[in-house]
Amino acid sequence: MSTHASAVEPAGSVWEGGQSPYATNSKKFGMWLFIISDSLTFSAMLFAYTYSRVTNPDWPKPFDFSPAVIFSTIMTFCLLSSSLTMVMAVHAMTHGNRKATVRWILATMAGGAAFVVLHLSEWMKLINVEGVTPFKNPWGVPLFGGTFFALTGLHMTHVICGLIYLAIVAQGIARGKFKAEDVEVSGLYWHFVDLVWMFIFPLVYLMSARVG
Amino acid sequence: MSNHAEVAEHVGGTTGTFLKVWIALLVMTGIEVLLAYEQVPTLIMLTALLGLSIVKAALIIAYFMHLKFEKLSLFLTLFPMLIFCIILMLIFLGDAVRIPNMRPPV
Repeated sequence: MSTHASAVEPAGSVWEGGQSPYATNSKKFGMWLFIISDSLTFSAMLFAYTYSRVTNPDWPKPFDFSPAVIFSTIMTFCLLSSSLTMVMAVHAMTHGNRKATVRWILATMAGGAAFVVLHLSEWMKLINVEGVTPFKNPWGVPLFGGTFFALTGLHMTHVICGLIYLAIVAQGIARGKFKAEDVEVSGLYWHFVDLVWMFIFPLVYLMSARVG
Repeated sequence: MSNHAEVAEHVGGTTGTFLKVWIALLVMTGIEVLLAYEQVPTLIMLTALLGLSIVKAALIIAYFMHLKFEKLSLFLTLFPMLIFCIILMLIFLGDAVRIPNMRPPV
């Protein structure tokens, strides 16, 4: 009732508190706040990686253009495409098409799962064939393994959490639960995971590419 | 109740717009990979890659994350602070550059 009373009052400037300064629901605003704080975590880790690299002029270049960089480019394609399918899921849900929403979310999950499988196989090659661990590697700069696995590991954890999150949202929508805003909020998280990779891919892989 | 009106106010992009953004992101990724293949000098490479990554991030935030269609107040509350904090992390760059020169010769 109080909302009705306040609805009649003049809203005033958004910076004076307004009625809904961001004109958004609290779930979405909460996700934005999480994304901003998580961006700072990833920024700190990317800076740690970069500074470790600057302090060690003999930093290794372990990624051959073929196959490692081509492999990580395919991973980037998977994530970018899964972002497009996620946008389509949000689009379908705002138009009330639940079946299409579930299909688009499943397509998004397929892209994310492909990313995780490719990433894990790359990790396994580094660990088992090249002998890289977080504490040592054959190229003499132990920090490489530490920063590489911490950064890409945290990102992969985010992708796996995203897959679980999307699975929960998809099954809920299939059962007639959840609203368009819930799909949009899960989409925000998924795009953020894609966004972080847009910095990890060039700074970690492309800057350490070895041709020929 | 007012929520419904607000949701209806938000005008998202069209399928065509999303496809164009996706293609632009793929093209920029292709340029980045090409730069790596050509083995451009490190400083130019780092500048170009960071520049392209920031443009890609902006496209994702604006269109895929819908921020372009939100109120300006949301952007102003979240992003200037984030950018400022990230720039603050550059404080340690001087130390990172100095350390290799401080190591005793082997």
